[in-house]
Amino acid sequence: MVSIEPSRSRDLDKLLLRPGNIVAPTFEAGAQLREDIKEYVRILVVGAGGLGCELLKDLALSGFRNLEVIDMDRIEVTNLNRQFLFRHEDVGNPKADVAAKRVMERVSGVDIIPHFCRIEDKPLDFYNDFNIIVLGLDSIEARSYINSVACGFLEYDADDNPRQETIKPMVDGGTEGFKGHARVIVPGVTPCFECTIWLFPPQVKFPLCTLAETPRTAAHCIEYAHLIKWNEVHSGKAFDPDNPDHMQWVYSEAVKRAELFGIPGVTYSLTQGVVKNIIPAIASTNAIISAACALETLKMVSGCSKTLSNYLTYNGVEGLHTKVTEFVKDKDCLVCGPGVLLELDTSITLKKFIDLLEDHPKLLIAKASITYRGKNLYMQAPPVLEEMTRSNLDITLFELMDKIPEDTIHATGLAGKGETKQSSLRKLRVVFKGLDGVTDVDMAGGA
Amino acid sequence: MINLFKVKEKRKELAENANGRPPVKKQSAGELRLHKDISELNLPKTCGISFPNGKDDLMNFEVTIRPDEGYYMGGTFLFSFQISPIYPHEAPKVKCKTKVYHPNIDLEGNVCLNILREDWKPVLSINTIIYGLFHLFTEPNHEDPLNHDAAAVLRDNPKLFESNVRRAMAGGYVGQTFFPRCV
Repeated sequence: MVSIEPSRSRDLDKLLLRPGNIVAPTFEAGAQLREDIKEYVRILVVGAGGLGCELLKDLALSGFRNLEVIDMDRIEVTNLNRQFLFRHEDVGNPKADVAAKRVMERVSGVDIIPHFCRIEDKPLDFYNDFNIIVLGLDSIEARSYINSVACGFLEYDADDNPRQETIKPMVDGGTEGFKGHARVIVPGVTPCFECTIWLFPPQVKFPLCTLAETPRTAAHCIEYAHLIKWNEVHSGKAFDPDNPDHMQWVYSEAVKRAELFGIPGVTYSLTQGVVKNIIPAIASTNAIISAACALETLKMVSGCSKTLSNYLTYNGVEGLHTKVTEFVKDKDCLVCGPGVLLELDTSITLKKFIDLLEDHPKLLIAKASITYRGKNLYMQAPPVLEEMTRSNLDITLFELMDKIPEDTIHATGLAGKGETKQSSLRKLRVVFKGLDGVTDVDMAGGA
Repeated sequence: MINLFKVKEKRKELAENANGRPPVKKQSAGELRLHKDISELNLPKTCGISFPNGKDDLMNFEVTIRPDEGYYMGGTFLFSFQISPIYPHEAPKVKCKTKVYHPNIDLEGNVCLNILREDWKPVLSINTIIYGLFHLFTEPNHEDPLNHDAAAVLRDNPKLFESNVRRAMAGGYVGQTFFPRCV
């Protein structure tokens, strides 16, 4: 045991060294907990931008020692007002590298490994190595990807209860101007990102004919230059929003367009804003949201208090308003849900399997199309795909699933009985019977 | 909360047993939903679909429309579809690859169809879009013009519009613009 000595973070000790009433059942106050957090807990911060800088600082100051950060971007001048770990001389360098270096310089003992790459470039195992993944992102795509990776580690037992040791929790922060959210995602327990994707408002898109014929606002003129004029002039050359020459071209075309229609207000920064869908970032919003995320991370790791349940919204537009909403899981979620467990013989053909889905009381899916890890095993329509996949029908599912004894596959078809049939997309957990104790190597040679 | 004791054990385990499962392809929720859309396609005889990258890439495909009535009867029009990983949160990107004299399609292949932009909803599907595109050929609309000249002719002189369309589809000039043959 480690003797109790005051750490440099006295306030943290108040949380970790003393028992409490609203702590998690597994919470064990003491210096050992403090040391274990330093020693064993590994946290990944996704994004080293406005939120990421704050998160790294907050987590480092909350007693975490082993941090990693991943970001594909380089520092730009326009980041410097709020991404406070960066200086003017850092412009052009990878955000992850500089952020890691700056925090390590200021907080002794912390170890931050930077990853300057796309999140998709890392193997899935990379993500499995962390106890918690903290997200400081600005796109739905990136959140959706990390969510699917983290939920991909989740396994369920035979009673559809999540296996504790396979849960990869996430803490997600997001800001837009004066508004922000912080949420805790515990796959299998709280709703995942995909369960509540409808929370994100759809992007505003102007009708193309309005842009072409009847522009009324500066944004219309900019989108005209960006979406219509660019292709007219640069046939085939893709527009790159990160290329300043391209942006300058769109800006000058937008100005011409605005003059033609007598519309005021086209500026270079508005052009960037409209084209890249940028909303001015507010440093204090990032600070507030990151602080909430870091605290939730600490609570989740240590059990020193109840965690947020499960979605906090912050709004500083008029006065200040915060609210916590408890969203619920979508039990049929394709990403985090258990799916329907099916125990099968290795000898079942794809055709027999499709018949089985129709008779299965929990599914009743007629005319199923089957997809497995991005491979379309059988498609009922259109005819061109039906023809391309028909030969799979007589092959065993076991073989089509690369002889993996247990995995997830998806089926689409018409579910229900009689008049009430409706289209349905379901997740299935396939387990092949009689393979216990047989290793992958043995199967590759035999069967 | 995380069980720290288990975390410790797992650390040790990982250190001893470093070889994990082989890397697997992640299928996004968007791909799954698209798989549903595609497997439920119910197209009229006038519409065809093809997958240039094979049966396992549904995110990029082409649709061929051969109108059997209206101004564009007998023509063949090719559209490319690009689907985002967060489909259906975001609408597909659709371009017309056949140069066409049409009030709602410009010479660069941009298409003015409300459900592709401002009126897209996640409940809509690939089937809806294809029917929408087909509709553009049976009912070209001069009120939402992308090709301003074609729209004006359709509005003011439908007879001339009809002969312009015929000329363009047969391969020829309308005004200063050449249209390759598409019948």
